[in-house]
Amino acid sequence: MTAKTADRIATAVIIAISGFIVLLLAGLLGYIIVRGLPHISFHFLTSGPQTIKAGGGIGPQLFNSLFLLLLTLIITIPLGLGAGIYMSEYAKPGRLTDSIRLIVEVLSSFPSIVVGLFGLLVIVNVFGLGFSLFSGALALTVFNLPLMVRITEQSLKGVPREQKEASLALGLSRWKTITSVMMPIAMPTIVTGTILASGRVFGEAAALLFTAGMSSPRLDFTNWNPLSPFSPLNPFRPAETLAVHIWKINSEGLAPDAAQIGAGASAILIIMVLLFNFTARWFGGYLHRKFTATK
Amino acid sequence: MEQPAVNDKQLVHPRTTRTLAKPHVMEEWVGKVFTTLCILVLVVTIGAIVYFVSSRGLTTFFGDGVSLGGLLSGLKWDPEADIPLYGALPFIFGSFSTSLLAALIAAPLGCCAAVFMTQIMPGIGRRILQPVIELLAGIPSVVFGFVGLSVVVPALRAIFPGQGIGIAAGAIVLSMMILPTITTIATDALSGLQRGLKEASFALGATRWQTIYRIVIPTTLPSLLTGVVLGMSRAFGEALAVQMVIGNSPHIPHSLFESASTLTSVITLDMGNTVMGSTHNNVLWSLALILLAMTFVFVFIVRFLERRNNR
Repeated sequence: MTAKTADRIATAVIIAISGFIVLLLAGLLGYIIVRGLPHISFHFLTSGPQTIKAGGGIGPQLFNSLFLLLLTLIITIPLGLGAGIYMSEYAKPGRLTDSIRLIVEVLSSFPSIVVGLFGLLVIVNVFGLGFSLFSGALALTVFNLPLMVRITEQSLKGVPREQKEASLALGLSRWKTITSVMMPIAMPTIVTGTILASGRVFGEAAALLFTAGMSSPRLDFTNWNPLSPFSPLNPFRPAETLAVHIWKINSEGLAPDAAQIGAGASAILIIMVLLFNFTARWFGGYLHRKFTATK
Repeated sequence: MEQPAVNDKQLVHPRTTRTLAKPHVMEEWVGKVFTTLCILVLVVTIGAIVYFVSSRGLTTFFGDGVSLGGLLSGLKWDPEADIPLYGALPFIFGSFSTSLLAALIAAPLGCCAAVFMTQIMPGIGRRILQPVIELLAGIPSVVFGFVGLSVVVPALRAIFPGQGIGIAAGAIVLSMMILPTITTIATDALSGLQRGLKEASFALGATRWQTIYRIVIPTTLPSLLTGVVLGMSRAFGEALAVQMVIGNSPHIPHSLFESASTLTSVITLDMGNTVMGSTHNNVLWSLALILLAMTFVFVFIVRFLERRNNR
């Protein structure tokens, strides 16, 4: 075999494999949406689940997922921004910074189930928060924080040096330079990254099994008092999220239409994740145009 | 002449300059304290995770009298028996075999995709394959589990003898999940390659494939391996998707298509059904401790590979 034929064969194989990956994703998304879509209806999206009868919905689970995401973001964003700013602007190169970087790396590679168990032991039992949305949000924070730190650090590192130096040369403090000059430039990247990370948090389940719990109380959507145990707004009630629900009905579902509910819920989850992805792209681009005066 | 003038001014009015600097210093101080606190939260969190998981996981050996060797090498898992047996080798075997197999499937695919994106058709690669990989990374693990349960398992059942559930199904599902990790890191490594290296090879008359095979891949090998190890580490810790397709029986299977278990799947299933503080529960924490230790091993390997790459 000459070198030329080998080159052609190898190129063909690589293109074929890349095509296969594209087809794989198309097949995955297509399968999930085509199988799930017929089962999605207004009733399915708003009504509560049934344990042994057919016709259950995913209303509370969908609400719980969104609420949990919101709570997680409220906790993660300030912490992640702060830690990311420290890593990119204040940390001096040296052994301490290296070990902090190692810590972020290790934290991001912890299995989510271990984070869930830690949540069960410390947040649920020691702090006595019980199976609740708040416990779930704290566990997801552990899971999400390293991502947030990395996103912030990278986007701040991407700010042109001249802009930072110009601001410092004008006599602004480092903190003022970061908040008023660097953050707006880094914002589009941070926002895009945060929305993408949210998509991941939205689909996370293993860390939530032992923190947010695997059941939902009978929610009363007319009760907006956040202290009532049946109010959807109460952050200290147990909450099963959409991803946890999919896992539960697939492994121990008793309803006769469990397979269809699984398919419908998976489709909703995928659609939400796609939505997060496209919003991230679009919004990131929009912010970029707005902040940088490019057309 | 201007430099000394400024210095003179400072000498004459030291107080004015200090008062002027004050809000400035305050601001800086607030920023420093806030960001340092955020970092402290991170450090305390990881310390707490390691401390609590270890303290629980070690109780098995120091409080309940289960031996570490027995746990790691025991073949029988029967915590409900009169004389309970805690042999975790089947789970350790399940975890290693699924994640190794998944890496074996995903590594060539991911590297091919990376070569396609950087060497063969960078234009199409950036426009089509990049978003595909990103979307694949965004698909939640339970959805992979659901697809595994409704597509992969029936397909395996139709083609091979057995029930379809087992290590093969787990590895296939995991390989799809870790493909984005491997591809992203491989793409970064390949696109970071110095131009001169490739051009020198072309100038000597080598074909593209020869250049990729002889120059590009060997030069970036440590980075490619980093991606594979990170993918394996993800696969090792993945819980729910594997639990849904592996069948969950506590023994070492004789074939790839027989029901098996992993460390994560047994923790997922049993943790809710055991009483906190019982030996059975403590053993599950020990399994979690093994997972934690493996995370450190994987991070260590990645660090080692990166250091080799930087040299």
